[in-house]
Amino acid sequence: MVLAFPLVMLAIFFVAPFAIMIAYSFYRRIPGGFYEPAFDVGSWKRLFEPVFLDRAAFSIGISLLAGAVCIAVAFPFTFFLTRMRRRPQVALLILVLSALSLSEVIVGFAWSVLLGRASGISNILVWLGLMDEPRAYQPGFLAVLLGLSYIAFPFCVLTLYPPLSRLDREVTEAAQTLGASPWKTFRTVVLPIMRPTLVAGFLLVFVFTLGSYLIASILGRPEHWTLSVFISDQASFNANVPFAAAMALFLTILSLVVVGVVILIESRTRDAS
Amino acid sequence: MVGARGGLKLQGLVKRFGALAAVDGVDLELPAGQLISFLGPSGCGKTTLLRMIAGLEQPTQGRILVDDEDVTDQPPHVRDMGMVFQSLALFPHLTVAGNIGYAMRIRGVAKDRIRERVDELLTLVSLGGLADRRISQLSGGQRQRVATARALALEPRLFLLDEPLSALDANLREQLQVELRLLQQKLGITTIMVTHDQREAMTMSDLVVVMNAGRIEQIGGPLDVYRRPASSFVARFIGTTNLLTATRGSDGVLRVAGREFAVSGDGVAGDVVLSVRPEDAHLALEAPAERNALPGTVVFVRDLGEMFECYVDCGLDANVIVAGSPRERVQVQQGQHVTVSFPAESCIVVSGDEHA
Amino acid sequence: MRVLRWTITATVIVFLVAPLLVVAIVSINQNRYMDFPPDGFSFHWYGELVNDVGWRDAIARSVIIATCSSAIAVLIATPLAYVLRAYDVRLAPLFYSLGILPFMLPPVISAIGAQVFWLSSGYFQRIENVIVSHGIFFSTLPLVTISLAMDQMDRSLGEVAQTLGANPRTTFRTITLPLLLPSIITGYAAAFVLSLNEYIIAFLVAGFAVETLPIKIFNSLRYGFTPTIAAVAVVFIVIAATVFTMFAIFGNLLRFLGADPAILDRGREGR
Repeated sequence: MVLAFPLVMLAIFFVAPFAIMIAYSFYRRIPGGFYEPAFDVGSWKRLFEPVFLDRAAFSIGISLLAGAVCIAVAFPFTFFLTRMRRRPQVALLILVLSALSLSEVIVGFAWSVLLGRASGISNILVWLGLMDEPRAYQPGFLAVLLGLSYIAFPFCVLTLYPPLSRLDREVTEAAQTLGASPWKTFRTVVLPIMRPTLVAGFLLVFVFTLGSYLIASILGRPEHWTLSVFISDQASFNANVPFAAAMALFLTILSLVVVGVVILIESRTRDAS
Repeated sequence: MVGARGGLKLQGLVKRFGALAAVDGVDLELPAGQLISFLGPSGCGKTTLLRMIAGLEQPTQGRILVDDEDVTDQPPHVRDMGMVFQSLALFPHLTVAGNIGYAMRIRGVAKDRIRERVDELLTLVSLGGLADRRISQLSGGQRQRVATARALALEPRLFLLDEPLSALDANLREQLQVELRLLQQKLGITTIMVTHDQREAMTMSDLVVVMNAGRIEQIGGPLDVYRRPASSFVARFIGTTNLLTATRGSDGVLRVAGREFAVSGDGVAGDVVLSVRPEDAHLALEAPAERNALPGTVVFVRDLGEMFECYVDCGLDANVIVAGSPRERVQVQQGQHVTVSFPAESCIVVSGDEHA
Repeated sequence: MRVLRWTITATVIVFLVAPLLVVAIVSINQNRYMDFPPDGFSFHWYGELVNDVGWRDAIARSVIIATCSSAIAVLIATPLAYVLRAYDVRLAPLFYSLGILPFMLPPVISAIGAQVFWLSSGYFQRIENVIVSHGIFFSTLPLVTISLAMDQMDRSLGEVAQTLGANPRTTFRTITLPLLLPSIITGYAAAFVLSLNEYIIAFLVAGFAVETLPIKIFNSLRYGFTPTIAAVAVVFIVIAATVFTMFAIFGNLLRFLGADPAILDRGREGR
């Protein structure tokens, strides 16, 4: 059967690695760089150390924040975008798509320059006389947040674009003929209709930024490094694959849990309203 | 028609989807060379029946024979037929010529022979010169004709049409009904058409097969089915009708609302339902006669210029509808007392089930 | 309301453009060290891209990986999407989710999985590893685009082809495949771009032996900055913008992104 080929490929290259990863997470680490097959929960135990839990909490936190920021800006932006005339709409979309095709490392680089002390925003402000001397805003928390938002923003816009453009204009017009001000229309009509899409977009940004490695590395100090950075460093530079595997599995479970919780909350409040 | 191909025999056909029987026992013998309509409301199984003939659905039970050859187990691509789908299903990535020539192309026919035949077919459906157009550039009527030409390219013995004109607007539809019918007659090809539009069936068919809930209600020529409906379902589905409940008294006489009625072809005992077409009923201002007449009050008059309809409340379950041409128009107004007469030869006994 | 509309739009535009502008300016800076206002202008960093073997090789490697892995991605996704849609497989949603899954999780997970897999196979730190891993990881995109296209395809087209005498294989070859071609190409292009920019999988799977473009850029950032990086970025941006602009001119960009066709016409009238 034709189905066999892709299924086999998926099984070998996806299911198998996952299974192997689970196995590896129980291997014992030999000090000095390698590991041997074993059933050692040492790696899993380390997951509960405060250092690691801190990192996990920070990762989740900053990703949720990035999700909120992205949606909060992308939603009105895309809404107005869909109501523009054809030419400006196309032009803006080309801008968004171009930003999308930048690789993460280039985005990180660009923001590191923009927020740096040598030729960034602060230099412009000094030149304009609004600041005394240039300052570096990176590496820092804000830098990481801005970087994450930048790479996630185009995805947000592209996800919100189809449903927003299909939103029947006459629905909002009808609300206004019934006496709702533009703000009220937005709150009581547009928002509820778009809610599932907004939640989906939020989760998209959350999962996407959770997996970011480069932005956090480039724009953040070690205290701002996300779990993804931690994991890859363990896997490559420390050659501590068992620990990396354990963390990776933990990250998977964590993401699924958060996504599940958000979906649960969303459907509960939807039924309530 | 002697020697015509495409005589169809359907034996005991049943098609079940889970617990639902879309086609529930159909036995049919259809002559070759004629245009036959499968007519009925949505969900009556007519499309499922057509798709089984095409081989796109496998019957749960029963056999299908074309020219006495059992084709039941044959997949669609080896059956000798051409089909026009409701959505027309023209290949968007091919030109008009590409669409029409498709069947020949995949059989390896020589390019110039294909071109010749495509031009022939384009002339046949009055689309000459449009061979290289893209589908998206065609109007609704033109697309319909391309779909027809494509189906007929290899002169199949069966021409199957699934609501082929439903996507067109009313004027175009009536025009194409005539065109399709003339084409079919010219080619003498056995044609089966599924439609829910009884006027379409009446316009185009040699034979009408009326279906309901997976079964056949009646088969006959269009006017037969119209004038002598076999059941109240058929009477109601084909055109409008007045259905009168008649009770049989102990003296054997039929009465509607207490008044005596004589009917045509009364071989049934007990209570019956009578069907009388609005154009067969008459309005009068005099008092009702002894038989086949009911007094009533005019509820509504619809004067459409080319014809008129009068709704009269005679104390029955539904208003009686009387229709006629302007010349026959008796001047009445709402609220006026009138008499409606139902000539005996126009009172058709239909089966007693009201809820067909 | 007007004010709000313009504020948000302007802010977003500035937000999106700022880094692009910065990178462009840095790329034509005379000096190696960035300072503002810039000292002088020069295009020699672009020349560096072409002349320096390190950069040339990295670009070549990334392009090769992207080309091959996207092909693999499409080869996996097409039959999968077709069979799942065409044959009403009962477990179809499950297989579909399995296909989407790698993409939904943080890439580092797939990267580790791939790394571990190749390590245990004994065949590692080679460019083929990256190609295969990318091919599998990015097969999600063509899977989604092709499945969507199949959903929108009129089912009757396949049936009509059969009534005209085409067996299932011919139907696929002459009707389904040509109609799916746009979505296959889109899937390929998306996988290509993503593979070109992908860092973590390439790094963990073969990073020490195979230096792809993103790896080289990241290493340059860490170990010594040169404006050549900025030159690379500008080239990327220009290519992307050109491709999308051409798409917008010759195709229908808005409809491609999912806009409601009725609204598009309204926009045109309002001019």
